[in-house]
Amino acid sequence: MARIGVFICHCGENIARTVDVAKVRDALAKHPGVVHSVDYRYMCSAPGQELIREAIKERGLTGVVVAACSPHMHEPTFRKACALAGLNPYLCEMANIREHCSWVHDDREKATEKAIELVRFLVEKVKRNRPLMPIRVPITKRALVIGGGIAGIQAALDIANGGYEVILVERQPSIGGHMAQLSETFPTLDCSQCILTPKMVEVRQHPNIRLLTYSEVEDVKGYVGNFEVTIRKKARYVNEEVCTGCGACIQRCPQKRIPSEFDRGLGRRTAIYIPFPQAVPNIPVIDREHCAYFRRGGCRLCEKECPRGAIDFNQQDQLITEKVGAIVLATGYDLIPSDLYSEYGGGRYKDVIDGLQFERLLSASGPTNGEVLRPSDGKEVKSVVFISCVGSRDRSKGIPYCSKICCMYVAKHAILFKHKVHDGQAFVFYMDVRAAGKGYEEFVRRAIEEEGVVYLRGRVSKIYQQDGKLIVRGVDTLSGVPVEIPADLVVLATAIKASDGVTELAQKLGVPVDAHGFLSEAHPKLRPVETQVAGVFLAGACQAPKDIPDTVAQASGAASKVLSMFAQEAIEREPTIAKVNEQTCVGCFECQRVCPYRAIERKEIRDRQGNLVKVVAYVNPGVCAGCGACTVACRNHSVDLEGFAEEQMFAELNAIVAA
Amino acid sequence: MTAYAYFPGCSAHGTAKEYDQSTRSVCAKLGIELQEIPDWVCCGASPAHAVNPLLSLALVAKNLDLSPSEQIVTGCAACFNRFKTAMDTLQHDRPLWEQVKQIVQPSKLNGREFRIAHLLEVLCDDFGIDNLKGQVTKPLKGLKVACYYGCLLVRPPKVMAFDDPDNPTKMDELMKAIGAEPVNWEFKTECCGAFHAVPHPEIVLRLTDRILQAAKDAGADVISVACPMCQINLDLRQIDLKKRGKTFDVPVLYFTQLLGLALGINENELGLDRLIVDPKPILKAKELV
Amino acid sequence: MKQSTEREQFTPTDETPIVLTEEARRFTQEVIRRSGERVDWCYQCGKCTAGCPVAFAMDIEPSRVMRLVQLGQEERVLKSRAIWLCVGCQTCTTRCPQEIDPAKIMDTLREMALEKGLVADREVATFFRSFLDNIRRHGRLFEPALVLQYNLRSGHLFQDADKGPLMLLKGKLPLIPSRNGAIVQRICEALEGRKK
Repeated sequence: MARIGVFICHCGENIARTVDVAKVRDALAKHPGVVHSVDYRYMCSAPGQELIREAIKERGLTGVVVAACSPHMHEPTFRKACALAGLNPYLCEMANIREHCSWVHDDREKATEKAIELVRFLVEKVKRNRPLMPIRVPITKRALVIGGGIAGIQAALDIANGGYEVILVERQPSIGGHMAQLSETFPTLDCSQCILTPKMVEVRQHPNIRLLTYSEVEDVKGYVGNFEVTIRKKARYVNEEVCTGCGACIQRCPQKRIPSEFDRGLGRRTAIYIPFPQAVPNIPVIDREHCAYFRRGGCRLCEKECPRGAIDFNQQDQLITEKVGAIVLATGYDLIPSDLYSEYGGGRYKDVIDGLQFERLLSASGPTNGEVLRPSDGKEVKSVVFISCVGSRDRSKGIPYCSKICCMYVAKHAILFKHKVHDGQAFVFYMDVRAAGKGYEEFVRRAIEEEGVVYLRGRVSKIYQQDGKLIVRGVDTLSGVPVEIPADLVVLATAIKASDGVTELAQKLGVPVDAHGFLSEAHPKLRPVETQVAGVFLAGACQAPKDIPDTVAQASGAASKVLSMFAQEAIEREPTIAKVNEQTCVGCFECQRVCPYRAIERKEIRDRQGNLVKVVAYVNPGVCAGCGACTVACRNHSVDLEGFAEEQMFAELNAIVAA
Repeated sequence: MTAYAYFPGCSAHGTAKEYDQSTRSVCAKLGIELQEIPDWVCCGASPAHAVNPLLSLALVAKNLDLSPSEQIVTGCAACFNRFKTAMDTLQHDRPLWEQVKQIVQPSKLNGREFRIAHLLEVLCDDFGIDNLKGQVTKPLKGLKVACYYGCLLVRPPKVMAFDDPDNPTKMDELMKAIGAEPVNWEFKTECCGAFHAVPHPEIVLRLTDRILQAAKDAGADVISVACPMCQINLDLRQIDLKKRGKTFDVPVLYFTQLLGLALGINENELGLDRLIVDPKPILKAKELV
Repeated sequence: MKQSTEREQFTPTDETPIVLTEEARRFTQEVIRRSGERVDWCYQCGKCTAGCPVAFAMDIEPSRVMRLVQLGQEERVLKSRAIWLCVGCQTCTTRCPQEIDPAKIMDTLREMALEKGLVADREVATFFRSFLDNIRRHGRLFEPALVLQYNLRSGHLFQDADKGPLMLLKGKLPLIPSRNGAIVQRICEALEGRKK
């Protein structure tokens, strides 16, 4: 016999102002099967929960319906309360009479009627609830970090220091990411490589970290705690075990004019190369597309030069399969192409460059040894114009967001330029100056007050060449005058976008991306380092434009989620998942076809002699998310959802119709 | 080849007579049939849209109604801009289109899909640059040309869809095909001041000064234009600039005149002597006439 | 600079602060409605001003005109000279990052200024009027008449007088006007009928 308890919350004024809770309580008291019906001001409070616990014990309740806010808010709260009182938590449900009723209606009479109906049909459902036990899923306590920039490095170190194995995968030949390309970081003007390389070396030397560079994740199968990843380790054509990083091969290589990716086209490299001197690992890689041997045969001078015989032109890509329990995405960012604006030259002017290119000019290990010289003719730069918001905050280019870090790095660039060229002139065209971090506002004031950088408020309409200078036509809206500046160099603060290839990777993992290609966090306010996919976490600029302190913090945050997962014996999952009735299942696998989570597997039913009787569908309890698509697809009702069974659903519908 | 309905524009009989003349000569030579729209009226140019948007739409709609063909061509960039803008506006605003129809009372618009093209498009795209090259008998070797496109031909790019709005190259390609040397210069699409030639000539002088200087600095022998307004501002106003001590003496020709010369058309049929700054000296020096 | 022998009396300008009332909002909404452009989206980046070829001559530069419209400053805007100097070159329209068409808004402001009888630039307005009268009469612009009529109406009687003979010599001045003014006349009448 059902003995259901109904608890109606006022939620202060939120529900009680529109819904007559007393009337609801009285109506439900008369409903068949309901033996206890009360109302209270704040059910989620300690006394509110106490009411439930007492009622369960004293009235011998077999089920509980709490009529209040959305289950998203407090289902765990009330289920825990029931569990404490000895009632299986899955015998407790919530009727949403707030978001679905009091918050969306004005008419008190009608809203009250609706609330009564809502609670009634939940009662009918709960009468048919079965007690369920959470599913325990084993965990492989090894993590995979995708991306070897500062975010990936920090996350890997934190997890490794927590005592667990980490595989760090980076698609470039070296870890370090964009931070390795910077000359100095704001607001302290620390040398970027100097603060980064210790961490890079720590990664290399850490006993718990397996570093796979020049590698990419090819496929991901499985589910939280039990992922199986396939990683393609691309052929470097250099034997890592043997190579000492002496660099003799690089000296010898005759292909010396290849534009360097690390220097963003401003410098040159050889076909066999190490991207930058402090690269980790310090092992060269051969660029197939430009290597003379691969293109036309012959050469192989590096092989002859190598004292250790480390060059191996027959090396193949390796496919490595690993089992991991958690994945951290730290794939970073890229800049939009700097030729996007035809009014800024559309890429025709060599002396119109982007922020990362300017970093390489500033960098002591860069293509100009730290001197600020024009890419076109190598002449000294005496006047430089920095333009903020190139692409960002631009509806017409489809990039409405702010790239967050540019205001700061533009100030930094201007300061560093003035340090290097004492008699130089620096101008900044800005729309707003966003300097919200610690020490940031002071840093920008320093650029203006101490270094004499001229800040002009307005955008630039056009850049063109005249007499060897770049004429920048902008405006200062504060004084209302158009402004023309003849510059030697123009640096565009181009918008930040997600790294190339991230959308494809996200699809493999089932992680959503937002309208701009950034990876989506599970909740923008409260769950910034998790994704909707259990076991997959985020860190750094792959989620949204971000500076280094926030990136490092987020990376440690993601690592802590991994560590708290690994600290448990097993993962507990909600048991409200699909279940196949193997007696009636005919093995048509329509369910498998519609399952968005790839949770349906094939299961062979054999007799005692081992003969195959039939193949049926089987729901993997570790993966199934309980969406119910399979229950719709199944033609003979062989799949049902625990806790949301067909019988329960029809009971709800009948309750509404009957009323 | 389809016959194009030809919209000459108001200056075709007056200040831009040589443009009309050279256009007809070139098209006749190439076998491109032009049918002048009977009873065509002014497109309204700047003054109409500046103070009475409905009027500017109505004038264009009326001309469409009068057009014998759905393929319309014009040499005037302003008229081209007006037609394209009006058509774009009316296509996206049904209620406005109904209003305009009430005013114009068209009789031949139903079901017709018009295409308005600038003469440059008809010659370079429809006829084809390579075909043009094949018809050249007197390549303009050694002639350095600064191709000036002006504003309304290329802006706004979403409506005009004519080449890159900051560095267009269609005319430059044409010049190359006829053997001339288009120069690299930065003022291809800088505004000349347009109608301010009448109310505020000072503005036009200031703007054309910069354009002419840029062409000269780029080493141009002549400037090539595709719009009567541009032509008259850059050509006629050199007289006023001279009075202020700025002598340029850079001839400003319609691209059809240059094309005509390359096709071997007699200079008398191209209206070369109607130009204010005489092009003959430079053309003679390069042995092109 | 006018040199004065007498000390000029200093008169403080009577610029009252902008008072933002419901009334102000009405003007902004009207401009948005009539132009079809979201001037309220403008975030004052100034790219329009930076690229405007005639900004140097304007009393209020384009981005500031937009701002004053946002603040509902009907009088300041409609009495400005700037709206008459705009040549409609569409540089601003092409480059505005918020996809607003400032040139179209200038058209609308001119229309509204005329309705209120506010014309800050006599020359430009006279030119427009002469042009439109001309095509109404002849159907196609009869250039000689335009120049003559403008010179007369504006009072700049001898403007470009030096060009006349030259143009005539070069055959650039038509002597006979076109005769399909009736078409344009009908259109103008239909438009006037609508206004009533």
